[in-house]
Amino acid sequence: MKITREVVEYVAHLGRLDLEAHEVDLYTEQLDRILQFMDTLNKLDTEGIEPTSHAIPVECILREDFVKDSLEIEASLWNAPERKGNFFKVPPIIEVEE
Amino acid sequence: MENILDKTIKETRDLLRKKELTAVELTSFYLDRAKRYNEDLKAYLRMTEDNALEMARDADRRMEQGEDSPLLGIPFGIKDIFCSKGVETTCASQILKGFIPPYDATVIKKLKDAHFIHLGRLNMDEFAMGSSTENSSYQTTKNPWDLTRIPGGSSGGSAAAVSAGLCAAALGTDTGGSIRQPAGLCGVVGMKPTYGRVSRYGLIAFASSLDQIGPLTRNVSDCAVVMNAIAGYDPMDSTSIPQPVPDYTECLGKDIKGLKIGIPKEYFIEGMDTDVKKTLRESLSVFEKQGAILVDVSLPHTEYAVATYYIICTAEASSNLARYDGVKYGLRSEGKDIIDMYKKTRMKGFGKEVKRRIILGTYVLSSGYYDAYYRKAGKVRTLIRRDFDEVFKDCDIIVTPVSPTTAFKIGEKMEDPLTMYLSDIFTIPVNLAGLPAMSVPCGFDAGGLPIGLQIIGKPLEEALMLQTAYVFEAERCVKKMPDAFR
Repeated sequence: MKITREVVEYVAHLGRLDLEAHEVDLYTEQLDRILQFMDTLNKLDTEGIEPTSHAIPVECILREDFVKDSLEIEASLWNAPERKGNFFKVPPIIEVEE
Repeated sequence: MENILDKTIKETRDLLRKKELTAVELTSFYLDRAKRYNEDLKAYLRMTEDNALEMARDADRRMEQGEDSPLLGIPFGIKDIFCSKGVETTCASQILKGFIPPYDATVIKKLKDAHFIHLGRLNMDEFAMGSSTENSSYQTTKNPWDLTRIPGGSSGGSAAAVSAGLCAAALGTDTGGSIRQPAGLCGVVGMKPTYGRVSRYGLIAFASSLDQIGPLTRNVSDCAVVMNAIAGYDPMDSTSIPQPVPDYTECLGKDIKGLKIGIPKEYFIEGMDTDVKKTLRESLSVFEKQGAILVDVSLPHTEYAVATYYIICTAEASSNLARYDGVKYGLRSEGKDIIDMYKKTRMKGFGKEVKRRIILGTYVLSSGYYDAYYRKAGKVRTLIRRDFDEVFKDCDIIVTPVSPTTAFKIGEKMEDPLTMYLSDIFTIPVNLAGLPAMSVPCGFDAGGLPIGLQIIGKPLEEALMLQTAYVFEAERCVKKMPDAFR
């Protein structure tokens, strides 16, 4: 076993996912099998090979920096779960001591 | 009107131009069919009927004024992954339920500029993660050739709707085979263009270095016509290729004498359906008869492609899906603080497969494992790319099967993700190499299920692929639509 319940719980936390206990069990078992399958790549010697990040390399494209219209505020906000004026409203990020 | 289903878009345009048909009639015809058959097929998630009829009236007005263009008044189904201004776009996920994009994806804008008709939104695997469309959080699409079977995925709604004649053409996306595999399993034509040929701006991202947009159509000519409309450089997509777009219809009808076709031995493997193998062999003789030269070739790193792909695509997905946090759009679940709000929102909003991939992708990117998985996969990706470079020194195109089997039963692979992943074994290498490839119907198995043939080209050589596919289609004459939908 490469993967334990603790690893799945830790990774889920990094990925900002709450999991039910039965999901932790399921993913622990499945990830272990999937990662074993991925270990077949270790059969290959890749010493000195450069990794490919994009298959078709495109050079960094520069453009003139000019001002143009962007989305209107209302359009940007119309999907907001909660808003206050022209802002997205979220729960407190910094704890305030009373 | 029924015989519209056998006409190409070009022929349908001729009828519209000659006023033997109006765009409103054509649109109503497809809307009626969609209403009649969608209950069984579940290809559409939502129809955009009012919108469609308004667009059709506009198209008729334009034709009245003498306007003419290749897609004017042609009804499309759209995979629910493309942002369309004012039209609910969910990616078949609960987390985007009710999301109304404030802008159009570039492909949607291009189709609008061509005055197409937007019929409705097509089902898919949630966030395009899957090979059967069973991962949709709303409904399971059926294969029109056998309603107990899957249509393939992730563009399963697109393939099923085109095959059953519920739209003239559809847009899909292909990250590891998501256009070609469902096209193959539903017996339609599907193309994944060269990475960068079609702008991804406004496409909801799954794995950014692999995702590519393309058409699903009932014939090769339609595929070329749609490609003409959607391909091209876009400054809004930094991976877009700044190269002019040829007229893809010009090559249709040219012969393939002397064309060198590579047949990779790694794509005719143990465990393949014997009917798939047999039908592919028969199909190869069609190319030979037309004067092409078959060459046995090898793509030695093929067996490593699936593992490489699932490391890269899950890593990229875990990063891309970080944006679904309940702040700016989509679902929000209340939590005791902001981190708790994120976690509860994502727990509730994402389905099983999406969570599985986020966890896997986060793991392969996490501290201490990055080199062992993500970096290693990037290196193997280079080897896979070089395999193709080597073969293309001697060959003009490569021909393979699309999938090792025909459509499987609904539910058959849902409990076993690894087996599901392996069903994309022949389509994945192309995405890793960024190459263009297409699926063309080539026959049926003993049970009457469609089999697809894959044509792989050099970068930006979509025209040669279409030319080859067009010759094949004319010679092979494969039945296009299941009788049940006639």
